[in-house]
Amino acid sequence: MTDDTLLYLDGVSVSFDGFRALNSLSLLLSRGEMRAVIGPNGAGKTTMMDVITGKTRPDTGKVVFGAATDLTKLDEPAIADLGIGRKFQKPTVFEAHSVWDNLLLALAGDRRPRFTLWARQSSEESGRIEDILRTIRLREHRDRRAGDLSHGQKQWLEIGMLLAQEPQLLLVDEPVAGMTDAETEQTAELLREINRTRSVVVVEHDMAFVRALGVKVTVLHEGSVLSEGSIDHVSNDPRVVEVYLGR
Amino acid sequence: MSPWSFRVCLVAVLGGAVLLSVLNLAVPETAAFHVPTYAVSLAGKYLSYAMLALAVDLVWGFAGILSLGHAAFFALGGYAMGMYLMRQIGTRGVYGNAILPDFMVFLNYKSLPWYWHGFDNPAFAIVMVLLVPAVLALIFGWLAFRSRVSGVYLSIITQALTYALLLAFFRNDMGFGGNNGLTDFKDMFGIPLQEDSTRCGMLIATAIFLCGALLVSRYLVTSRFGKVLIAVRDTESRTRFLGYRPERYKLFVWVLSAVIAGIGGALYVPQVGIINPGEFSPANSIEAVIWVAVGGRGTLVGAVLGAVLVNLGKTVFTGALPELWLFALGALFILVTLLLPGGILGLLGRAPRRPKNATPAPEPAE
Repeated sequence: MTDDTLLYLDGVSVSFDGFRALNSLSLLLSRGEMRAVIGPNGAGKTTMMDVITGKTRPDTGKVVFGAATDLTKLDEPAIADLGIGRKFQKPTVFEAHSVWDNLLLALAGDRRPRFTLWARQSSEESGRIEDILRTIRLREHRDRRAGDLSHGQKQWLEIGMLLAQEPQLLLVDEPVAGMTDAETEQTAELLREINRTRSVVVVEHDMAFVRALGVKVTVLHEGSVLSEGSIDHVSNDPRVVEVYLGR
Repeated sequence: MSPWSFRVCLVAVLGGAVLLSVLNLAVPETAAFHVPTYAVSLAGKYLSYAMLALAVDLVWGFAGILSLGHAAFFALGGYAMGMYLMRQIGTRGVYGNAILPDFMVFLNYKSLPWYWHGFDNPAFAIVMVLLVPAVLALIFGWLAFRSRVSGVYLSIITQALTYALLLAFFRNDMGFGGNNGLTDFKDMFGIPLQEDSTRCGMLIATAIFLCGALLVSRYLVTSRFGKVLIAVRDTESRTRFLGYRPERYKLFVWVLSAVIAGIGGALYVPQVGIINPGEFSPANSIEAVIWVAVGGRGTLVGAVLGAVLVNLGKTVFTGALPELWLFALGALFILVTLLLPGGILGLLGRAPRRPKNATPAPEPAE
């Protein structure tokens, strides 16, 4: 581990009713890195996200964020506060609220009721929301109910909400599932743009998308790392081929 | 929850209360437009119920907490007020005991139980009206929300809470008059309760409190706090990953809601003239949920509308066909759930919005 390390998973194991979802998983992510995590169904990708964000507590192992923060001791809001944002597999936005209000609620700031009770939208906040709307290409849709957006637009809105949180690390779960080819391409571009200032972990099934991202790839299988390296390296790894194509 | 319907509601509540009072006091009894005093008290009772409905809507409509025990907070506020009114009777009771209320003399109490002390003081009683429901809600909510109890499980616990209180208050040993509850009130703040002018004053006071509660609730739900609350209602886990602590938001609105219900109960008791353990009955809490569903959940105004309309219907219906009322209420709930998910207010609000929603969604930006 060096000073450059942002996230470090060390021997993390999680069992659900005897099923080992994560099996002594170790992973190291550098500051500013974008990493793609792939693997067949049940490989433990989503469980890994759950462990990092505090939704699931590991049975054994350590999850260290930044210098020396042990994430396994914290709950979801505390971890979000540290600067870890998460995008869910299914787009999860606040459907009853406008696009603008979704971003407003996500903006980094005081989360306590005593603040939100009296909070007035500041010009600085509007400015930040405008910037994010531009990045996620939803400027014309600011006043629409989030529930009325298309699937792809919801995905972007959720990415925008992550940006608004100003996290150091973004965890993105299957961002292009159900997207058109054009939307997929734009999403890859969007993630690369985000990666200029923040670290990103992308979990994805879509190999073409992972290739388009052009980053280091970690292959998970049965709860631990099977292979790691460039996309060409892992796709030529016989063990990966076997897992993906069957024996 | 458009601003115009909110303003109409405030004007209707206040204007209605003033109008009824004028027609009761200034119009001679022989005139056609005279409003009898019982109708004034009935209106006051409806508006007290409207406060309970508002309290239910605040937690159910905006935080997604379906409470099936909210009448417990209403009844506790009512009992606190009832205890003050009992102490005001003084020597005018049947037994003429200056300290002990009639039922205590009857049940051979030698001295006033400790928790009755202070209730002869109106300021103390008013504080208790607010404090007792608030503290119960705080303890209950803290335990429930911290443990992430939600949905149907929480509804069942709220029902158990009010049922437990029902059984407790039925006991003579509790010192709240048992089965008969508290009644035979004479005056409040030194004003005789039976006077027509007192009845009208209480109706107008109830209207003012209801409007105040509406204004506070509206501020709350339109503030950023309210936006977080709606987000918690729809997608609680998402708010956690954004760094919010949903349990704190729920607890705040839950306690506020209990206080509003408690004030409603305190206004209800002097106008109805009695408070007994029947007010804790689970059926009362369920009825309050039906008022909100009928008027329109998550609209505040709908809660008031539903409470007044359903209770008006109840008064008429129980006069004509008393044994069929519960069937009618059940049928109403089923019909509203199936045909009018937005309640009456949803019906009103949908008309102008439809053309806007009917336009095809614009294509995603390229």
